[in-house]
Amino acid sequence: MRVPILSLGEVLVASIQDALTDRGWRQLQADLLAQAGRRPPPGSRRKTAPRGVVIDLSTMDVMDSYATRSLDGIARMLALRGAETVVVGIQPGVAFAMAQLGLGLASAGTAVDLEAGLALLAEQVRGDGRHHGA
Amino acid sequence: MAVTMAPESRLPVRDDGEIVGARRAARALAATLGFSETDLTMIATAVSEIARNMVEYGGGGEMTFAVIDGDGRVPGRRGLRITATDHGPGIPDVERAMQDGYTTGRGLGLGLPGARRLMDEFRVESAVGVGTTVSMTKWVV
Repeated sequence: MRVPILSLGEVLVASIQDALTDRGWRQLQADLLAQAGRRPPPGSRRKTAPRGVVIDLSTMDVMDSYATRSLDGIARMLALRGAETVVVGIQPGVAFAMAQLGLGLASAGTAVDLEAGLALLAEQVRGDGRHHGA
Repeated sequence: MAVTMAPESRLPVRDDGEIVGARRAARALAATLGFSETDLTMIATAVSEIARNMVEYGGGGEMTFAVIDGDGRVPGRRGLRITATDHGPGIPDVERAMQDGYTTGRGLGLGLPGARRLMDEFRVESAVGVGTTVSMTKWVV
């Protein structure tokens, strides 16, 4: 299954609707990397390539070590392309299981939902000069 | 002595698509037992970690999901027991493999110790050249 990616001004939104296979994660990585680096066509209102990416996990019921590592890798690659990533919608049980596994996200910010994620991105993009630990 | 009740299901786990299938099957069966939403996520996550270990290191294998009724100490207590068996190279040092961060592959070394933390009972039996069996149980509180 391919994850649809929506463009909202300077921000890309990818909402993962189903458990992804390994191939699904690689496809999402390739799609986000391609879109995050793409400048808008001449005449668009938007002048720069997307500077922020929101990845929505609100319908995901499992984030195991492989999925978390894939997600963090995507955020690290996007940072190298000049885009900030915020992961939103991690459910309480998923957060619990991830913490039990010792999993976290080093290269992405997190927010409780899409609205909070967009607000966080707006702050980060305005703040600039912020360096990633990746 | 625990009594195994129907339904029991058995699934092959040979690739990443079947890893997803295994955790869906575990969650669906667990949901019929009345586990909380957080417990369902813990079970599905543990299944995912163990299934991936099997695919990555054991050359694939199979998982059995069984409803357990009564654990000998608490009559009528119900649980879900998951048994994962592969015929891969086996684990030379199970004690070491149970430690956080120990890995022989590309993983984070979280599979076995992580899954143990998510379940109530956890046992690994392994013989070099024969294969590995992981048995793990979660009880409905």
